[in-house]
Amino acid sequence: MGLYVSSTRRRALAVAALVGLCALPWLAQAAGQGFYVSFASRVLIFALAASSLNLVLGFGGMVSFGHAAFFGAGAYCAALLAGAGVAAAPLVWLAAFGAAGLLALLIGALSLRTRGVYFIMITLAFAQMAYYLVVSLPGWGGDDGLPLSGRAPLFGIDLKDDTAFYYAVLALLAASLFAFDRLAHARFGRVIQGIRENETRMEALGYPVFAYKLSCFALAGAFAGLAGALLASQSGLASPSLLHWMQSGTLLVMVILGGVGSLYGGVLGAVLLLVAEEVLVEITPHWQIGLGLALLAVVLWAPQGVAGLFARRRGDD
Amino acid sequence: MTQLILEQALNGLQFGLMLFLLAAGLTLVFGIMDMINLAHGSLYMVGAYLAAAAAQASGSFLVGVGAAVAGTALLGVALEVSLLRRLYARDHLAQVLATFALILLANEGVRMLWGAQPVLLNAPDALAGPVEIGGFFYPSYRLLIIVVGLAVAALLYWVVARTRVGMWVRAGASNREMTEALGVDVRRLFTVVFACGAGLCALAGALLGPLLAVQVGMGESILILAFVVIVIGGIGSMRGALVGSLLVGLVDTLGRAVLPSLLREFASPEVASTLGPALASILIYVLMAAILFWRPEGLFPARA
Repeated sequence: MGLYVSSTRRRALAVAALVGLCALPWLAQAAGQGFYVSFASRVLIFALAASSLNLVLGFGGMVSFGHAAFFGAGAYCAALLAGAGVAAAPLVWLAAFGAAGLLALLIGALSLRTRGVYFIMITLAFAQMAYYLVVSLPGWGGDDGLPLSGRAPLFGIDLKDDTAFYYAVLALLAASLFAFDRLAHARFGRVIQGIRENETRMEALGYPVFAYKLSCFALAGAFAGLAGALLASQSGLASPSLLHWMQSGTLLVMVILGGVGSLYGGVLGAVLLLVAEEVLVEITPHWQIGLGLALLAVVLWAPQGVAGLFARRRGDD
Repeated sequence: MTQLILEQALNGLQFGLMLFLLAAGLTLVFGIMDMINLAHGSLYMVGAYLAAAAAQASGSFLVGVGAAVAGTALLGVALEVSLLRRLYARDHLAQVLATFALILLANEGVRMLWGAQPVLLNAPDALAGPVEIGGFFYPSYRLLIIVVGLAVAALLYWVVARTRVGMWVRAGASNREMTEALGVDVRRLFTVVFACGAGLCALAGALLGPLLAVQVGMGESILILAFVVIVIGGIGSMRGALVGSLLVGLVDTLGRAVLPSLLREFASPEVASTLGPALASILIYVLMAAILFWRPEGLFPARA
């Protein structure tokens, strides 16, 4: 696993990508494909969720197989608040961030006592508990999920407009990635990466290893919750499938596909997977065959993910 | 009430034994090769579909089961030799990604061959009625599943605990390098183990086919239960897999049957009727979390 690397070249690429993403709604309108603005919001939301998973996985070295629990917690938090009549987007986002963070704090405090495969399995177990609880709680919509009546406005900006909503998501994603980058270079990030490389040594050096890992886990859960709230607003539904273990698997696949431990790995993986799905669906009803083969090819021939492929080509990892 | 509990206990035993057929292969793959195989549930699905197809073509349930076991075991060998072998040395993340891809391929392949609708697999006519045991009636087909499950479990136990091959398998699970150093060809042994695991998956799929729906996605739901079983039992341990399976089967089935009425004794009917089903469905995950909390290596750790 590589460190979070920042080079001027990578920064330039990121700025170029940001400019391109800002121009995307105009391009879509000009091409008469307004539908793609909504699709792009969805991709960016998954990019945020996958990036948050990359924080625990790539950066903290903890293989969490239950990240969907926090994603779904954020979505249901947004749906419940909308049902209670809360009509301010920042409040909803903050609440989803906090609620998912608290849930992650609780689950992490119990799970982080185990290691390796057992950690993978216990996070999965907690996520399954959350899934079944959400499905069976009365008033939470069961298998159908909770519909949201509309999108709450952001300081007077009407987010029901798909383009406005897209820009809000883009701004949140950019801000979150910036925060992850700063975090990686701060003392906290150095310690967490040290723990990933050699936990015993960091313990011997006197760092409170458990507290650091728990903070990292909770922070990642909080960002996943934010992504969940955004997805619920985007689709107008908090669905239990967001908490299903296949969702945890999909997020993991996005991160591995993009590049574990690389700052843009989650974004790259989410974009690749969702765009590949979208393109393959157009070509064939059996698109899962194509996707499966593509994933196998990545495992066998691009072990560091797609980000690693680029880094190796350029030789500046 | 006692009769209900007795009947549900038998159902739990039956479900637990079928879980064991899956968990036995999974725990050995996990234990010996340290490989996370998410596609294990897909083998179970493929087995059920093969059984349905062969049973329909031949008109005999028995032929269906036999064809499913043989066909899936062959598929297992092909999979192991062509792909999985390349993944043993890789980290768990690569294994998760590759076997996740296999799930997609298997689901779509089955959908292409048999369509998206569930396929019908009927129990043999001779076993359609109930039998009387100790004063109450129990479906004879479920009883057959229990008998077959117990027989296979006994056979597996004998092979693993009493034969030379079984000794190699146990040695491989507890320390692979040492076993290789002592001259056992673990790679070839493992191909055989994987084929047997695939065959057992198919047996479970074929036997459960008439009780549950044979449909795309059936593998994923049972896969998670099989993982819960092997984590509870201790990864790589056959005895752990058996105890874990029975525990999960009984707790899940009895919990669903008894918990709502049990809650009614302590709480108001509204609380009981809402909380009961929710609690029952998470019971096994609570059990797993509790066991991992107090015994992080599972009940019967293979690597002592």
